[in-house]
Amino acid sequence: MESTRTRELGTGLFILLGFAALLFLATQTTSLDQYVDQQGYRVTARFSDVSGLKVRSPVTLAGVNIGRVERIEFDNDRLDAIVTLRIRSEFNRIPDDSDAGIVTAGLLGSRYIGIGPGGAETYLEENSEIQITQSAIVLEDIIGRFLFSPTASSGGK
Amino acid sequence: MEFFYSVFAGLLQSLRKLGAMILFFVEILRRCPAALLRPRLVSRQVSDSGVSSLVIIMTSGFFVGMVLGLQGYDSLSRLRQENILGAGVALTLLKELGPVVTALLFAGRAGTALASEIGLMRATDQLSAMEVMAVDPIQRIVVPRFLGGLISLPLLTTIFNAVGILGAWFIGVSIKGVNNGEFWSQMQQYVEPGDIWEGVWKSVAFGVAASLIAVYEGYHAPPTAEGVGLATTRTVVTTSITVLILDYLITAFLL
Repeated sequence: MESTRTRELGTGLFILLGFAALLFLATQTTSLDQYVDQQGYRVTARFSDVSGLKVRSPVTLAGVNIGRVERIEFDNDRLDAIVTLRIRSEFNRIPDDSDAGIVTAGLLGSRYIGIGPGGAETYLEENSEIQITQSAIVLEDIIGRFLFSPTASSGGK
Repeated sequence: MEFFYSVFAGLLQSLRKLGAMILFFVEILRRCPAALLRPRLVSRQVSDSGVSSLVIIMTSGFFVGMVLGLQGYDSLSRLRQENILGAGVALTLLKELGPVVTALLFAGRAGTALASEIGLMRATDQLSAMEVMAVDPIQRIVVPRFLGGLISLPLLTTIFNAVGILGAWFIGVSIKGVNNGEFWSQMQQYVEPGDIWEGVWKSVAFGVAASLIAVYEGYHAPPTAEGVGLATTRTVVTTSITVLILDYLITAFLL
């Protein structure tokens, strides 16, 4: 009887350990909060180029993560991209004339959206649109412009 | 000509075995609902296959994690990218190494025990005695062992992954001096819940394969001392090959 009890206790502990490990993996190795978090308000912004930006890319202000990209859509009429951002509700005092830019982490790192605060007295709220945007910088374009720019050739004269 | 004939015969033999195994699997599945009515039998097998494999799984997991930490640090430091060590180790373990290594260890530790136990029951006529008493040996012996393995392997894989990540963390952060915050935050940035699920699905598939092969080989072992030995050997060989092939197929489908 005693050995049966030990065995049952061991089995229970084993299963508990398995689920504890799963909980550890779910909370420590991946940031589950950005998937669970459905609170906060949505803001849209139009960009002429969003290359490299993905759904769930972070949104930052002053380098602090304040939300994530929820949806990226294409506007057939204006031929640009509409990005929907979800910003956590505790960041509710962002001036509504703030600008949004697509920034790269490092030279070749992943893309995220950086918000530059404006100076207005009114704040961004649900469904408001960020008017001033800076599109993604495509590194190849810059290199191309640098290599083939007319100023580079005229500088030689 | 002789050569082609033997290759053809070998292929036919493997095909026949695959078919027999799938029929055996159907037999097991048919009896699963009835076996679940007696959960104590299953929980006893979880204890036999799972708890007994815990020490080997945790030890191996810790060392695999540590060696991933060392090798990953060495490779990444040549690229000046030591800070993504956590992400690299976590993705390697969760998606690939955790499920595969755990399944191989499980085949060696628990699969062989299952095969030899059932094989010995066959050799000592215990299974025939059950049939005489109108007890279905598949229902009473095979199905609980199959289910026990199926439940144990995903849990063992999860434990292996968690211990492995801790091992890599120990080496990377404590010994090699990777920044603790970078280690975890880079991991959290790159690992998605889908990666964890990929590992879980793999381990469930490996659990089915490893348990099925072990009980099949045991149940169909020739009733001799040699036959029991052969059954355990075949269990390890067949499980290893099956797990590696399945791993490729699942990865190709999921990526």
